[in-house]
Amino acid sequence: MNAIDQYLKQDGTALSLRQKRLDILGSNIANAATPHFKARDIDFASAFKSATNGGDLVKTSSMHIDTGGTADTTDVKYRVPVSPSLDGNTVELHVEQLQFAENATHYEATLQFLNGRIQTLRSALKGE
Amino acid sequence: MKALTIFDVSGRAMAAQQVRLNTVASNLANVMSISGSADTVYKPMKPVFETQYSNLQGNSGIATVDTVGIQASDAPPEKRYEPNHPLADKDGYIYAPPIDQSAEMVDMLETSRQYQNNIEVLSTAKTLMLKTISVGK
Repeated sequence: MNAIDQYLKQDGTALSLRQKRLDILGSNIANAATPHFKARDIDFASAFKSATNGGDLVKTSSMHIDTGGTADTTDVKYRVPVSPSLDGNTVELHVEQLQFAENATHYEATLQFLNGRIQTLRSALKGE
Repeated sequence: MKALTIFDVSGRAMAAQQVRLNTVASNLANVMSISGSADTVYKPMKPVFETQYSNLQGNSGIATVDTVGIQASDAPPEKRYEPNHPLADKDGYIYAPPIDQSAEMVDMLETSRQYQNNIEVLSTAKTLMLKTISVGK
């Protein structure tokens, strides 16, 4: 893996996971009135960990292949509702809206970090 | 079915809420639709929502919602004794549709809130995407 790729990889992975979570939370909000729908979410911290360093898989032999986890292997979990509703729907709008807003803010933050890295790279290339 | 994007998810959810709003409007409009027999009286309608997954995305947690049908309520109509009513049957009864106006109003508010929520999701996703396009500039 080349140096630039390595340099940008972390923010790229974070961005793709944030995008994935945005889709999932959007789905939850879309299904807020659908009976029996179960709200889902990903645990960003653990998903990011497994996407960046292959999770907790420890290599005990030099023959082991690097897992190089990708964002697609993320474990999508089910949300435990604070107060379950009678129709079997586990979407709680206030929770989803909160998570959605939080996720959108983090997405923007990651975007800014990525922008910063690219700017750094550019000024290094230009040598000004 | 193609893979769902956030725009499909929220867009179709908005369409489903729109159908729901239409049924609420129909029900409220027909509150006073008196009939001369129990068979011809207006039956309140309710949409049936169902979660739709894309078969291409497996266990990704991405799902939208569709209206799979509209069900007419089989609750018995309200029977009222009004012999002077022009539509009264031979025993002097008229029939009014079994519509709970307060419940319909609550449904309407909920529909409108959920429509707004979906718009919020759409506009946030759009803003973020536009910012992503201009990354590195």
